[in-house]
Amino acid sequence: MAELAIKKKRPKNLDIMSIRLPLPGILSIIHRISGAVIFLLLPVLLWLLQSSLASPETFAVFKSVIGNPLVKVILFGLIWLYMHHFCAGIRYLLLDLHKGIDLESARLSSKIVFAVSIALTLIIGAKVLW
Amino acid sequence: MVNRIVVGAHYGLKDWVIQRATAIIMALYTVLFLAVIGAVAPATFEAWHGIFANGFMKFATFLFFVSLFYHAWIGVRDIWMDYAKPDGLRLVLMIATAAVLVGYTGWAVQILWRM
Repeated sequence: MAELAIKKKRPKNLDIMSIRLPLPGILSIIHRISGAVIFLLLPVLLWLLQSSLASPETFAVFKSVIGNPLVKVILFGLIWLYMHHFCAGIRYLLLDLHKGIDLESARLSSKIVFAVSIALTLIIGAKVLW
Repeated sequence: MVNRIVVGAHYGLKDWVIQRATAIIMALYTVLFLAVIGAVAPATFEAWHGIFANGFMKFATFLFFVSLFYHAWIGVRDIWMDYAKPDGLRLVLMIATAAVLVGYTGWAVQILWRM
């Protein structure tokens, strides 16, 4: 009960417009959003994989779908979401092992996650989509 | 006393460990997949199909999908627990999430073994 009383006195700000997230916080919310978006697009991605593998005819359909410029842009965005989730996830695994948990390292590692995930997206996107 | 509820996280280490174990499996597969794509550079149906016709790649890809679906279950369940506050709504969302993920597992089997 003592714990509950202390909890109640803590100040709380949930006004989303006045919250200034630090970089590790931005990384964290993108980690969540990217996971959610990938989950929601799973049926589309499975359908794409199925089309690409089922037969030469469906492969042709797959090719024409991913050849669409709008689809390319969406897939490019998805590659970034995946790479962000991947890199941020590795950072979380290291944090679990108590690597880089002081404020300065945590901020630096967030910058590294953004830099590496964007670089990987550009390399993979360029290779796979163009 | 810990107040255990049916739509909670079950307060165990199991899901925490599985979330990380599946993450490592997916990370390793991602590296493997990119290496294979880089080496083969599949441009035709035959080359692309050949990658997944390989027994090891089939196994690894299936393991990736099972890891992805279990990982997604834990992550999406956490999202529902954070934002879906009415117990009934949360339960419906959790059941729907688990149901589609089980369905996707069957679909993944079909994609990989009927290609």
